[in-house]
Amino acid sequence: MEYLIGIQGPDFVLVAADNVAASSIIQMKHDYDKMFKLSEKILLLCVGEAGDTVQFAEYIQKNVQLYKMRNGYELSPAAAANFTRKNLADYLRSRTPYHVNLLLAGYDDTDGPGLYYMDYLSSLAKAPFAAHGYGLNKRFILNLPSFTVRLIDKEGIHDLEKLTLGTK
Amino acid sequence: MALQDICNFQSVFEDSLTTEYPAVPHGKKIASNYVSGLPFSNNKSLFHFYIPVAEYLDESPIQFGQISTVQNCSADSSEDPFLTSSTLPTCLPFASSQSVPLPFPMAHGTTTLAFMFQGGVLAAADTRSSCSGLVACPASQKILPIHSHLVGLTSGTSADCALWKRILARELRLYQLRHGRRLSTSGAAKLLSHMLHPFKGTELCVAATLCGWDGGETGPGSRGETTKNQMTDLFYVCSDGTRLRGMLFSVGSGSPYAYSILDQGVHWGLTVDEAKSIAREAVYRATYRDAYSGNCVDMYHITSKGWTRRNREDLKEEYYREKERRKHEKTERRDVTFSD
Repeated sequence: MEYLIGIQGPDFVLVAADNVAASSIIQMKHDYDKMFKLSEKILLLCVGEAGDTVQFAEYIQKNVQLYKMRNGYELSPAAAANFTRKNLADYLRSRTPYHVNLLLAGYDDTDGPGLYYMDYLSSLAKAPFAAHGYGLNKRFILNLPSFTVRLIDKEGIHDLEKLTLGTK
Repeated sequence: MALQDICNFQSVFEDSLTTEYPAVPHGKKIASNYVSGLPFSNNKSLFHFYIPVAEYLDESPIQFGQISTVQNCSADSSEDPFLTSSTLPTCLPFASSQSVPLPFPMAHGTTTLAFMFQGGVLAAADTRSSCSGLVACPASQKILPIHSHLVGLTSGTSADCALWKRILARELRLYQLRHGRRLSTSGAAKLLSHMLHPFKGTELCVAATLCGWDGGETGPGSRGETTKNQMTDLFYVCSDGTRLRGMLFSVGSGSPYAYSILDQGVHWGLTVDEAKSIAREAVYRATYRDAYSGNCVDMYHITSKGWTRRNREDLKEEYYREKERRKHEKTERRDVTFSD
């Protein structure tokens, strides 16, 4: 079970994702990073079906970078979120829908911080706080051992200390 | 009837005289083959192969052996390459287009493991090939060398793994010839992952662990985390799309048992002999408890000089040695209690 959470503050966005890469009941990796850097101030957090997450997230990542190379300036977080949603929607009714749940967090120099919630049915919502998954710590049957935490503000993306919540 | 629909064989003989072909995916190329009536005769050009697989890809994977919600089709067909072809026509599912998870996820009947340590990468695997409850081959090879510094461990359907290993080896060699340098393990894993992506949702089942050493030839590597200044790399690639880099992986039905030995024993500072004995013990324990793993153990060690293979060792000997040891201990204990 995977978990993503994002909180938008007055001039920052704080995001965290768990670090488990699982294959059915076995944890294959416990230091897996689920955040994809789209640009200097935009992060895409992606969970869902095994191969779809990486394929889709890398596709979006490369397209955002291509936009920057072609046009000389970066996509804003709102534009990147809408682009991602459009791609999800296009693939939804095709032969190969992507089963991924996403959070896109970014800082726009004019609009400020933004957090966008997207799910596998290609819905998009800009929200002050959002999450995917079950984040309960004591009550859930599986405990997620550690979380990567990052902060985005006007200076860019900062790595914060990894949270290791054991069984408290 | 269903198979004819898939292979378009019916239309080959019916429309062999017409050049227009309504459902042709590739346009004129294939029509020219069909005009002559036989799909295999390509007198037009040497490069127009008839590759049946390509046409299947243009059709929906639903019609090509998609894993269905009909449980009995997919339940025990994960390990047998023989039976899957016969189940294709009978279980054409008309279920949802999303891939449905197999009812029994740990269905790869094998134990393979690989880990990195200061002396390189060590890979070990058992040698039993099972086919729906019986041992099809007690001496199969699950560790296949791809080139001098890259080794792949296979798990899943044996036929699929053997084929995809060969395809990967071919692609890596082509890359080397075209670009003048060897592709890194990370690149090879990504290549394999992208090649397997179109088959996601079909019954293709390949879970490969790639262990390699990236030499100076591979050029300036964009490796963010240098694994303690070593050039070895270890990747797990699965046909469902997973691609993970790590220090320790074990795949297969015997992997939980192997993990239990490895998780407590493996650390970076192992010597080569210690690492070999841990790997051997892990495979032995997995074969002890898992019905689908057994017979012998293969071990490969990858260093900067390439891979070296240890002689295949029959675990039957180890089993009997342990039984002797246990019996010996029991008699000793009995003697001790009597002498008190």
